[in-house]
Amino acid sequence: MSILVDKGTKLVVTGLTGREGSFHGLNNKRYGTDVVAGVTPGKGGLDVEGIPVFNTIGDAVEQGGANTAMIFVPPRFAADSILEAAEAGIALIVCITEGIPVHDMLRVYTHIKRSENTRLIGPNCPGVLSPGKANVGIIPAHFFSEGNVGLVSRSGTLTYQIGNELAQRGLGNSSIVGIGGDPVPGSSFIDVITLFEQDPETDVIVMCGEIGGEEEELTAKFIADNVSKPVVGYIAGFTAPEGKTMGHAGAIVSGSKGTAAAKAEALEACGVKVGRTPTEVAEIATELAKAAVT
Amino acid sequence: MDLLEYQGKQLFAKHGVPVPEGRPASTVEEAVAAGEELGYPVVVKAQVLIGGRGKAGGVKLAKDKAELEQNAEAILGMDIKGFTVHELYIEKASEIDEEYYAAILLDRTARKPMAMLSRKGGMDIEAVADEDPSAIAIEHIDPLLGFRDFYGRKLAFEAQIADDVVGPVGAMLGKLYEAFVAEDAVLVEVNPLLITKDRQVVALDSKVTIDGNALYRHKDTAEMRNPSDEDPQEQMARERGLTFVKLDGNIGILGNGAGLVMSTLDVVAQAGGEPANFLDAGGGSKAEAIVNAVEVILSNEKVTAVLFNIFGGITRCDEVANGLVTAFKQLKPSVPFVVRLDGTNDEEGRKILADADLPNVHIEETMLGAADRVVELANAA
Repeated sequence: MSILVDKGTKLVVTGLTGREGSFHGLNNKRYGTDVVAGVTPGKGGLDVEGIPVFNTIGDAVEQGGANTAMIFVPPRFAADSILEAAEAGIALIVCITEGIPVHDMLRVYTHIKRSENTRLIGPNCPGVLSPGKANVGIIPAHFFSEGNVGLVSRSGTLTYQIGNELAQRGLGNSSIVGIGGDPVPGSSFIDVITLFEQDPETDVIVMCGEIGGEEEELTAKFIADNVSKPVVGYIAGFTAPEGKTMGHAGAIVSGSKGTAAAKAEALEACGVKVGRTPTEVAEIATELAKAAVT
Repeated sequence: MDLLEYQGKQLFAKHGVPVPEGRPASTVEEAVAAGEELGYPVVVKAQVLIGGRGKAGGVKLAKDKAELEQNAEAILGMDIKGFTVHELYIEKASEIDEEYYAAILLDRTARKPMAMLSRKGGMDIEAVADEDPSAIAIEHIDPLLGFRDFYGRKLAFEAQIADDVVGPVGAMLGKLYEAFVAEDAVLVEVNPLLITKDRQVVALDSKVTIDGNALYRHKDTAEMRNPSDEDPQEQMARERGLTFVKLDGNIGILGNGAGLVMSTLDVVAQAGGEPANFLDAGGGSKAEAIVNAVEVILSNEKVTAVLFNIFGGITRCDEVANGLVTAFKQLKPSVPFVVRLDGTNDEEGRKILADADLPNVHIEETMLGAADRVVELANAA
C-alpha cells in the first residue's frame, strides 16, 4: 500500500494547457499516474497529448471520472479552483501554487474542514508521490524508489535531499507527502502521520519541519499518544533570526515562538529521534528501517 | 509588510475605526504646519517600525508652536533601537480616562482569526498576560461568518470593561475585523485603545501587518513601503525578485528551496561558520537568476566566501552551472566559491564547471563536505 495516491488515482490537472501545468501534468502521466483530464475554462473539447480538456472540474469528474485534482493555477485563481474541486466532489485536492493570500486560505480551509469527503494537501507544496504507483505534483520521482519509509515535509527540496540520502543507503519510500510551507496548510503533520500509522507498507516515518507556528510541538504530543511506529524528525532554521520570513510564508520566528530549538526539544521529549543534519536523519532512518524489515 | 502608525490609522479610518486627527510630517516645517492646522496641544510621534519609542523619547507633547518646533527637531533623525526616524506623526492630543487593548490576528494553530480585548492597555500585552490574565478575553472568529455582534459582546463582558463602553468597543472590534479582512492584514493591534474623558472610544496607536502575498490586490498599501526602512541589500534582492534575508556573518549562501537553504545555514553554523545571508534562488532557477543572486551576495563587503548548495528537482544543475559561469565572466568575483550540485543534470553541471575552469571554485560532492570546505576557506581569507 501507500497513502493518498496510488494506482486508483484518477487525476485532473487544472491549468493543463498552460506551460507549467502541461510540463508537470505530462510528467506525472509518464510516471504512470492515470491522468484522466485537464481543465481550462474555454478550452473544453481540446486535448493535450490525448488527455481530454474540460471547461469545468465538474465535467472532469462526470465525464472523465476524476477523483483527484492537482491545482496549478496562479495564486489569485487558486482558492477558487480548490473550492471548485471540492464542490465537484473531488476526494483529494493537491495544490502546488505558492503565494495564495492567507485570508483566502482561511476561508478555503474552514470550508473544506466542514466537508467529510474532501482532503486538501498544500498549498505551496511539491505534491504527493507513491513510488511505483503514482506521482501527483512536481516531486522529481527518479530519486525515489519503493520502500518502507513514509516521508512528510513542509519543504520540497529538503525532502529531495533527505530522500536521495535514503536512496544512497538503499532505502525507498511508501509515500512522500509535501504539506507545504504556508501558514494555513490544508493538511497537517498529524493528518499525514495518522495515515502513515495505518499504512501497512510504512515501517518508519520521517517528518521534516521548520521554524514558525507550533505544528511540530502539537505533532510531538500526538506521536507520543497515538503513533506506534518509529518517527525520525528534522527541523530546519536553527540560525533564522527573529521576525524574518525565511522564504516560506509560514517560516517565521515570532518573538520567542516557533523556534527550531523549541520544536526539536518538543519532539525529542516525545520520543522522536531528531537528526541535526539531513545526513544524520537519513542515517537514523536507515537503521530503523532495516531493523523493521529483519 | 509592516505599516507605520499613521499608515495603519489611514486604513483604520477608511473602515470607520475612530482615530484622532493627525498629519504625517518629514520636516520641522511640515510638523509646524500640521500643528497650526490641527490646533494645540498636539503629540509629536516618531514613525518607526519598532516598539518602545515612547521610552526612547520618540513621543512628546507640545502645547504650542515653540514646543512643537523643539520636539520635532529633536525627534527627527533620532535613532530608536537601530531605526532612524525619517517621519513624524503630528496628532491632536487626547484626554485619557482609560486605556484598553484590542487586536485581531491570524492564529495559525487554530487556523482562524483571533480577536483579543484587554481591559488593561498601554503596556506590553505579554506583560498583562503574565500579571493579570483575567484582564484578557480571546475569541476565535469563524472566517465564513465574519465578526458578528455577539463576538464583541462576549469579549467586552469577559474582559470586564466599563459597562458604558461595551457597545462602542464591540463596534470598534467589528470595524477592526472589517479592516483586517478587507486589507488582507495578518495583524491589527490597537494599544492603547483609548476611552477619553468624555467617554469616546478612540484608537490611539496602530500596529498593522499586511500579508505580502495579497499586496497584488492592494496597490495603495504596496506603495506605502518605505525604502529608507529597508536594508539596501534586501531592497536590491527584492527588486530582482529574489527571496533574500540579510544576516550578520561572512559566508554568502545560495540554495534552491526555502527548507534546503535554511538547512544549509544550519549546517554551515554547525561547521563553525557564520552565514551572511539567506538566499533562495527558487524552483527552476535559470541562469539569469543566478547572475542576479551572485551580484546581490557579493554586494555585501563582509562576504569572504560563497557556498552554492543546489539539489536539482525542477531546478537543473546545468542551468545553475551556466549561470555561475556567466556570473564569473560579468562580475569577476575575488572570493572563493564552494559549489555542490546534486540532483537533476548534476553530472552535466559539474562538467560545465570543470570545462570553464573558473578561478577559485571548489566542487564538493556532499552538503556537509561543502559546509566544512566553505568555513575553512572563509576563515582563511
